[in-house]
Amino acid sequence: MPFLFSLPPYMSDILRIENIRKTFPGVIALDDVSFSVARGEIHTLLGENGAGKSTLMNVLTGLYHPDRGQIRIAGEPIHFTSPRDALAFGIGMVHQHFMLVPAHSVFENILLALDNVPNFYSRKTYKEKIQKLIDEFDLDLDLDTPVWKLSIGAQQWIELIKLLMRDCQLLILDEPTAVLTPQEAERLFSVLRHLKKQEKSIIFISHKMREVMEISDCVTILKKGRSIATLTCGDFDESKLASLMIGKDKILQWQKNLQMSDEIVLDIHDLSVRNDRGLSDLDGFNLRLKKGEILGIAGVAGNGQKALAEVLTGLKNTSQGRIMAGGKDITNSNARYSYIAGIAHIPEDRKSIGIAPDMSVDENLIMKSFKSRSFRNWIFQNKKAIRQNAAEKIEQFAIKTGPDGTPVRYLSGGNIQKVIIARELSEHPAVLVALYPTRGLDIGSAGYVHKVIADGADRGMSTILIAEDLDELLKLSDRIAVMFRGKLIGYVNPRKTTREEIGLMMSGEIPGDAA
Amino acid sequence: MLEILLDATVRAGTPILFATLGAIINERAGIINLGIEGLMLIGALAGFSGTYLSGSLLVGVLAAFCATFIAGSIHAVITVQLRGNQIVSGLALTMFGVGITALFGKGMVGLTIVGFKRVAIPGLSQLPIIGKAFFNQDMLIYFSFLLVFLLWVFFYRTRWGLGVRSVGENPAAADTCGLSVSKYRFFAVTIGSGLVGIGGAYLSLASTPMWIENMSAGRGWIAVALVIFAGWSSPRAMLGAYLFGGITAMQLRFQAMGTTVSAHILQMLPYFFTILVLVISTLRLKKGASQQPEGLGLPYDREDRK
Repeated sequence: MPFLFSLPPYMSDILRIENIRKTFPGVIALDDVSFSVARGEIHTLLGENGAGKSTLMNVLTGLYHPDRGQIRIAGEPIHFTSPRDALAFGIGMVHQHFMLVPAHSVFENILLALDNVPNFYSRKTYKEKIQKLIDEFDLDLDLDTPVWKLSIGAQQWIELIKLLMRDCQLLILDEPTAVLTPQEAERLFSVLRHLKKQEKSIIFISHKMREVMEISDCVTILKKGRSIATLTCGDFDESKLASLMIGKDKILQWQKNLQMSDEIVLDIHDLSVRNDRGLSDLDGFNLRLKKGEILGIAGVAGNGQKALAEVLTGLKNTSQGRIMAGGKDITNSNARYSYIAGIAHIPEDRKSIGIAPDMSVDENLIMKSFKSRSFRNWIFQNKKAIRQNAAEKIEQFAIKTGPDGTPVRYLSGGNIQKVIIARELSEHPAVLVALYPTRGLDIGSAGYVHKVIADGADRGMSTILIAEDLDELLKLSDRIAVMFRGKLIGYVNPRKTTREEIGLMMSGEIPGDAA
Repeated sequence: MLEILLDATVRAGTPILFATLGAIINERAGIINLGIEGLMLIGALAGFSGTYLSGSLLVGVLAAFCATFIAGSIHAVITVQLRGNQIVSGLALTMFGVGITALFGKGMVGLTIVGFKRVAIPGLSQLPIIGKAFFNQDMLIYFSFLLVFLLWVFFYRTRWGLGVRSVGENPAAADTCGLSVSKYRFFAVTIGSGLVGIGGAYLSLASTPMWIENMSAGRGWIAVALVIFAGWSSPRAMLGAYLFGGITAMQLRFQAMGTTVSAHILQMLPYFFTILVLVISTLRLKKGASQQPEGLGLPYDREDRK
C-alpha cells in the first residue's frame, strides 16, 4: 500500500523535500531547494522563469534524478527511478506541455494512465467509470473525440482527470492558467478548492501574483535554483512576494509613446489559412496596424496567433485574403521578401527557429543580411566587417556572450532573445511581429524586451505583440485585438477595458458595444 | 483463369504481408526498421535449415521466428537502449542479413525439403472464384489471415496495444503514465522482427521449398514502403501486399504467355507500381490527418531538455 494512502490523518507533512540539487551540462538548474507540503494544502511554488520550478517538479515525479538531496514521504526517504514510482506513491503532475497523445481519443488517453487495467479490458465498464468522474466535475468532454480536436483548456481537464482516476493524493499543476481565459482559470480554482476539501494536497506553480494571492495556503519562493522563503497565508502580500521573488534585480524603466499617426502600415483583409490537418487556423481575419502603434493580440493559445505571425513573416501561405504592407501587396511572399518589405519577426520558439544554435553569435547576427555587400567580398565572407558588426551589436544590446566564436546555444534564454532582437532590428523594420517574446525569460530580460518594443514605437516602428499574459498586454499595448478560432472578435482599449471583458471575448463572445 | 491469377496473387503476397505486419509493429512503437530485407533472408535460411535438420515444418517456422527475434534484438538494443540512429542501424542489419545468410547458406544450396502443402477448408474452398484462392491454401497463409485480425484486435482492443501505440506517438506521455518506454519498444522491435522472419520462411518453405542466396529479392524493401501505403493499419497492409502480389502474378503470366515485351521490363513492374502507389498515397496523406506515429524515428531520452 503506497504511503500517501495509508498515512494517518494526524501526520500533517506528507512530503518533504530536502536540499535538492540538479545540474545539466553547463547549467545549475537547482542549487539547494527544501520545503514541505501538508495534507489538504494548496502550496504554491512562486518564482521567475528559469528559477527551476519545472525542474524541481520533474525531480519530484521521477522524470529527473537529483544529483543530491532527499525526498521524504511521511518521514521515510524514498528514491524515484521513474514516473511510475511517483505514481505508485500517489504523486501525479499536470505538465506545462501536456503529456497527451493527440492522435488518440480522450478515452484512450485516460485509459493509458490507469493502473491495473486488464489486457483485455471492457470498454463499457471503463467508459462508465471515467464518465462518472467527468460528470462529477460537470465537464463537457466527449470520450470518443480525438484529443487534437479539443481546445487547450479541455486538454488540461483530461490531464487532471488522468490523475484523479488514479486517485493521486498529491497533484502538481505546472502553470495551469497560462493557457486559460480568466473565467476558465476561475473554474479551475473552484475545482482545486473542491479537491482540497477531499484532503488532497496540491502544488501549484505560477509566476502570476494575482492567482497566487487568491488560491495559496502556503507559498515557497524559488530564486535561481534556491528556495529562499516559505510563507503561510496571512504572512504575505503581493509586494512582499514580488520583492522576494525578484530581489535586487533592477527593472528597466521606459516611457510609452502616446501619440501615433493615423497612417496604416499594415492592412490585413479577410485572411484565411489552412493547417496541415485541413482546418482553418485563420478564418476571414482582419487587422489594421497604425504607424508607431503597439497592437496587442490577446487570445487563448492555439486560436490562430502562430499562423498570423507566420503568414505576416512569409513562412506560411494563405488560402484567401490580402496583406498590404506600406502600400505593397505582400500576400504569399517568402520570408526574405517580407524582411526586405520591413517586417521583422521574433519567433515563438527561439531555439529552433530563431537562431542556428551551433553557429556563433557573429554569424547569427548577420543571418538575414549576409547577402549585403558590406558583409562580403565577392563570394567570400568579409570576416572583419562581420566581427565589427557583432561587436557593435553586443555592446548596443548588452549581450552577455562567451569568447568570440561561442555557439549561441550556450547563451542564456534572455541573451539568445537579445541576439534575435539585435538581428531583427538592425535594418530598422517598419513592423515587428513579436510572438510570445518574453516567454521563459526572467523579469530583467523581459523588461528589456518591453523597453525595446516601447523605444521602437518612439521611432515609428509598429509592433504586433502576441502574448498570453494579459497583464503584459495591458501594460504595453496601445490597442488590444482579441482573437478566437482564427477570427478577430474585436478591439479593446487597454486603459478602459477589464480583464473580465477580455476574458469573455477570448472565449468568443462578441461585445455589445465596441471599445 | 481469374482463379489461377488470384491464387498466385495470394501466394506471392503472403511473404510481403508477414513482413509488412512485422514492420508495422516496429513503427507503431516509433522505431523505423530498415533491416526488413536482411531479416527476411535470415528467416528464410533459418526456416529452411530448421526444417531440413528436423524434418518438421513447424520447427522450421519457429526457428525462423527465433533467429529473427535475436537479429531484431540487435536493432532494438542499438535504437532503444543506446538511442542510436535508426536508419543506420537498420541498413546495417540488412547488410548483415545478406552477408551472414550467404556465408551459412552455402551448405544448404541445392538441398530439398517437402514444403507446405495445400489444405482445403471444407465448404469454403468450394466458393466460386475466391474459394480456391483463399481457402485452398497452406497453413501459413491461413495464419497470416488470422494475424491480420489479431493485430487489429491487439492494437485497438488491448491495453498492451494501446501502450505500443502511445509509445510510438508520444513516448513522454506514455512515460508519465507509468509505462516503460524501453520495454514496449524493445519487444515491439523483436516480436515484429520475428514476424518478418516468418515472411522470409514462407519463401523457403512454401513458395519454393529450397534455399537460394538472396532469395527475398527486394521484398523486404517493398514491405517498408507498404507500411506507409497501409497507413500503419493491418487490414490495409493485406490489401497492399495482395496488390503487389497481384502484379507479380500478372507479370509472370504475361511472361508465360510469351509476349514480346522484355522479361526485365515485366519484372520491374511490381517495383515501379510500388513507387507509384507510394507517391499517390503520400499525396493523399498530406491532405487529411497524417496517420504516421508522431514519435516515429525519434529516440526517447527522459532527461533530454527541449
